[in-house]
Amino acid sequence: MNREIVIQTERLSKHFGDFVAVNEISFEVYAGEIFGFLGANGAGKTTAMRMLCGLSIPTSGQARIAGYDVYKNTEDIKKNIGYMSQKFSLYEDLTLEENIRFFGGIYGMSSRQIKAKSDALVEKLGMENETKKLVGALPLGWKQKIAFSSAIFHDPKIVFLDEPTGGVDPITRRQFWDLIYEAADRGITVFVTTHYMDEAEYCNRLSMMVDGAIKALDSPANLKEQYRAASMDEVFYEMARGAQRKAD
Amino acid sequence: MRTLRFLLQKEFLQIFRNKIILRIIVVLPVMQLLILPLAADYEIKNIRISIVDHDRSAYSRQLINNIVASGYFSINDYSAAFEQSFEEFQKDHSDLILEIPARFEADIANQKGSEVLIALNAINGVKASVGSTYLSRIIGAFNADIRFRDLPQPRYPAVAAIEVVPQFWYNPLMKYRVFMVPGILVMLVTAMASFMCALNIVKEKEGGTIEQINVTPIRKYHFILAKLIPFWVIGMFVFTLGLLGVARLVYGIVPVGSLLTLYAFLAVYLVAMLGVGLIISTYSATQQQSMSLAFFFMMIFILMGGLFTPVDSMPEWAQWIARANPVAYFIEVVRLVVLKGSSFYDIRGHFLVITGMALFFNVWAVWNYRKTS
Repeated sequence: MNREIVIQTERLSKHFGDFVAVNEISFEVYAGEIFGFLGANGAGKTTAMRMLCGLSIPTSGQARIAGYDVYKNTEDIKKNIGYMSQKFSLYEDLTLEENIRFFGGIYGMSSRQIKAKSDALVEKLGMENETKKLVGALPLGWKQKIAFSSAIFHDPKIVFLDEPTGGVDPITRRQFWDLIYEAADRGITVFVTTHYMDEAEYCNRLSMMVDGAIKALDSPANLKEQYRAASMDEVFYEMARGAQRKAD
Repeated sequence: MRTLRFLLQKEFLQIFRNKIILRIIVVLPVMQLLILPLAADYEIKNIRISIVDHDRSAYSRQLINNIVASGYFSINDYSAAFEQSFEEFQKDHSDLILEIPARFEADIANQKGSEVLIALNAINGVKASVGSTYLSRIIGAFNADIRFRDLPQPRYPAVAAIEVVPQFWYNPLMKYRVFMVPGILVMLVTAMASFMCALNIVKEKEGGTIEQINVTPIRKYHFILAKLIPFWVIGMFVFTLGLLGVARLVYGIVPVGSLLTLYAFLAVYLVAMLGVGLIISTYSATQQQSMSLAFFFMMIFILMGGLFTPVDSMPEWAQWIARANPVAYFIEVVRLVVLKGSSFYDIRGHFLVITGMALFFNVWAVWNYRKTS
């Protein structure tokens, strides 16, 4: 794996009044990596991710995303990332094709590019019969695959996934991860938060957030060895046990 | 520009796919313009009257005939005792009592003069005062009539009477509908444009799609323009439907002034009101919040906009509020241009103010809409 750094943070913090949501986190993510961002509910994952996406301005610390500063160049960051939030974020009253066309269009892709790519995508997802249906009428698992596909449709450097597979069955989750691997093979860095420990095992490296700070960061295998645990589940319990914050 | 094109394409797709919105745009204005002017009519008819006639003479019968013939009154009861009629009055079966004294005819014939008594139920003040005015006028006319007809003419009139003959301009028949329809049309366009625009944006907030938009390179003003333009078009459409459709075909109101002047003002006015909708959307997180806010402002805008009551008769402080109310300007302009035929030059002051408001509201909205927190 090449070691080009695409995400770099240095003592990055976010305060809401007296509450320290994210407390001086420092880490690096390399190009093409699948980076798992773990933590209990309320540990500060979403806040941290929103800062990295340019949606939220940090209180202190430094971060560079795809080479751009999170304070000064938020709009440049936005050109180079894809984002899929835990809330399903496609337009339910548009069809698959219309959604993709819209998101492709606003990233500056030409109509011809969009057409060619969306045809290929529909074929890959096996949704030829669903292109004219409104997205709102599709099953959740399909919507998530479409949301992910549209998040990487413009070939961003990094894609941020905030609990992308909530509420779907294991088979669909497995298929979803196939899409993630495929994206990583194409060189897209994947930054993903999840609560599923089996998914954590699929990541190249993991960070564990507890009470707004990063408690551990390593590959799944090394973490298990370090905590003398048989599975990531145990590692997670071991670390989350020390948390002071109540889950929200 | 390409971004804006894609955004607009999406907005129009969503709007035209929403069957309810389409119905709201077409059916609602037509219905409201057909129904509301009937209710917003100050002409008072069917005033229920109790008549106590102690005289029962040719004169008293003639007076009663004149009252009925005016078309404003309907006789509730006709009695010989005030108590009997007063009971009807107390039960709210009648709005006013006219008591004609005994010797009514005889006193007039003897040139002694006579007095009639009018008792009014003033709970509905408008009805009471309008009723007494009508009645006084009928009695006055009756008085002049019998004097001229039946009584000997004095050789020299004791007092030279000054008669006032009013001439009503711009709305010669004093039809309230002619006055109200353009105003109601303004209310419709205003409510539709700003409510729909506010709700549309907040819906994206609730659904989470606005977050998706915020992480894209779409610029703030692109996003806002893409929200403004469709509702601006809808506002133009609704106004046209109301003015050239319902107002013309149903009420026979043909604008006296130039349509160009009217539409020039409307174009800027819509931008101002959409700005209000945008501001509301930036301050609300849910559709419920934005509905409540929009409703609150709409009530103030409409009630203080001179639609039902003239701004000039409001207290000084309220007139200041009306001066900051964009709706008040448009109601005035519509009435001026449609009924009076005012030219662009006549309304240039209104135009300047509304342009200022359009700028102010939209700059505020763009400033308050944040892609990052």
